[in-house]
Amino acid sequence: MATTASRRDRWGTLGARIGIIRRNYRVAPGLYAVGTPGPTSPVLITANYKLTFDALRFQLGTVDGWLLILDTRGINVWCAAGKGTFAAAEVIERVRGCRLAEVVSHRQLILPQLAAAGVTAQAVRQGCGFTVLFGPIRAADLPAFLAQGKQATEAMREVTFTVAERAVLIPVELFLLAKPLLTTLALVFLLSGIGPSLFSLTAALGRGLMLLGATLVGIAGGAVLVPLLLPWLPGRQFWCKGLLPGMAAAALTCSLVSWSTLPEAFALALWTVTVCSYLAMHFTGSTPFTSPSGVEYEMRRGIPVQILASCLTLILWIGSPFF
Amino acid sequence: MRGYRYIEGTATLRVDRQRCVGCGLCVLVCPHRIFGLSAEGLEVRDPDLCMECGACARNCPVQALTVAPGVGCASALMGAWINRLLGRKVLLGCC
Repeated sequence: MATTASRRDRWGTLGARIGIIRRNYRVAPGLYAVGTPGPTSPVLITANYKLTFDALRFQLGTVDGWLLILDTRGINVWCAAGKGTFAAAEVIERVRGCRLAEVVSHRQLILPQLAAAGVTAQAVRQGCGFTVLFGPIRAADLPAFLAQGKQATEAMREVTFTVAERAVLIPVELFLLAKPLLTTLALVFLLSGIGPSLFSLTAALGRGLMLLGATLVGIAGGAVLVPLLLPWLPGRQFWCKGLLPGMAAAALTCSLVSWSTLPEAFALALWTVTVCSYLAMHFTGSTPFTSPSGVEYEMRRGIPVQILASCLTLILWIGSPFF
Repeated sequence: MRGYRYIEGTATLRVDRQRCVGCGLCVLVCPHRIFGLSAEGLEVRDPDLCMECGACARNCPVQALTVAPGVGCASALMGAWINRLLGRKVLLGCC
C-alpha cells in the first residue's frame, strides 16, 4: 500500500473537502499491509472514510505494520464511534473475518484514542482475544508513538481546534447550504414582490436581490467569519457568538444594498444577523468541544430569538412597500 | 484544549468515587484531559470541559462513571426533534 499521495488522492481530498463526494468517499474494509510487515508488526485499526485512511497511511512512510480497516460506512473515526458503527462488535467481526490471529503472533490492536467513544476495550478482548491499546488522537503522532514503545504524550491525547483545522471546514459548511439556500431564494423573491399592487415582478426581482444579498452576507459571517474567529468571539453560546460577526455583516449589507426606507434597511440588517447567528449555532456540530447537553441548552434559548427576529424581518419586509 | 470553553454547568458527567478501582482508563481516553488520578482517587479537574463523548463511561470496567453521551451538534438535535414531531425514525445526519 502506498504511503504517499497520488494525483488522484489529491483530487479526491479536494472533492471531499468541498463536499461533492464527501458522503461516498470510502475504501474497502479489510487488512492492508504497510511496508513489509511480519507476524510481530503492530496492527493499526481505523475507519474506512478515505480521508481518514489517507491521513493514516501518509504518516506511515517509515513504519512496517498492518492496517485493519473497519466498515464505518465511509464515516470518520470519531463520528463513527459516536454513531455506533466504530464499535467493539465491528472490530471483533473484522479481526475474525481477516483471520488476524493467523497473520500476527501477538495479540494487540492499536486503536485511535477517539474510537474509545464507541469501542469498549474489554468487550474486544472478550470477543476475539486481542487487547486494545488506545493510541494517539492524530495519525501524525503514530510514528513517534510507536518509536517511544507505544507511549503517548499528554499532547498526543488532547484534541485541538487550530485555525487551520477550522478553516478546512469552511468549504463543506458552504456546500451544505446550497440546498436550503435555493428554498430560501424562492421564498425571498415571492415575499419581495408583494406590494400595494398585489404582486410586482419588478419589485420581486429588485427587492428580492436585496434580500438575497443580505442572506449571502449573513452566510459569509456565519460560515466563514465565525469558524475563523471562533476562540475570540464573545459569548459561550454559539448563537451569541454569531451576533458580533452578524452585526459586522449587517453593516456591510446596509452599505452594499441600496435600500429606500428605514424599515427596509432595518429588515435587511436584522435578517443578516439572524442568518449569521443561526449558522453559528449550527457550527457546534463541527467543533470538538460542544456537549449535546450544552447544545440543547443554547438551542432552547437561541431558536426562539431567531424565530422572533425572522418574524420581525418578515413583517418589516412585507410592510415596507405600504409605508 | 486551551482557548475554548463551552457553557458551564450543563455536562451530565457524574463520578461514583466509591466504585472507582483506579484503573486509569478514563484518564487515558478523555480527549479533553479532565480526569486526574492520585492517591486520593479519581478527581474531575474541570467538569465544564466535558463534551459528553462517552469514552470514559464506555470503557470504565466498574461503571463508576455515568454520562448521557451524544454528539454536540445543533443540526443532529434539530433532526431528532423534527423526527420526534413527525414520528419518523430515520436519522439524517451530516457526518
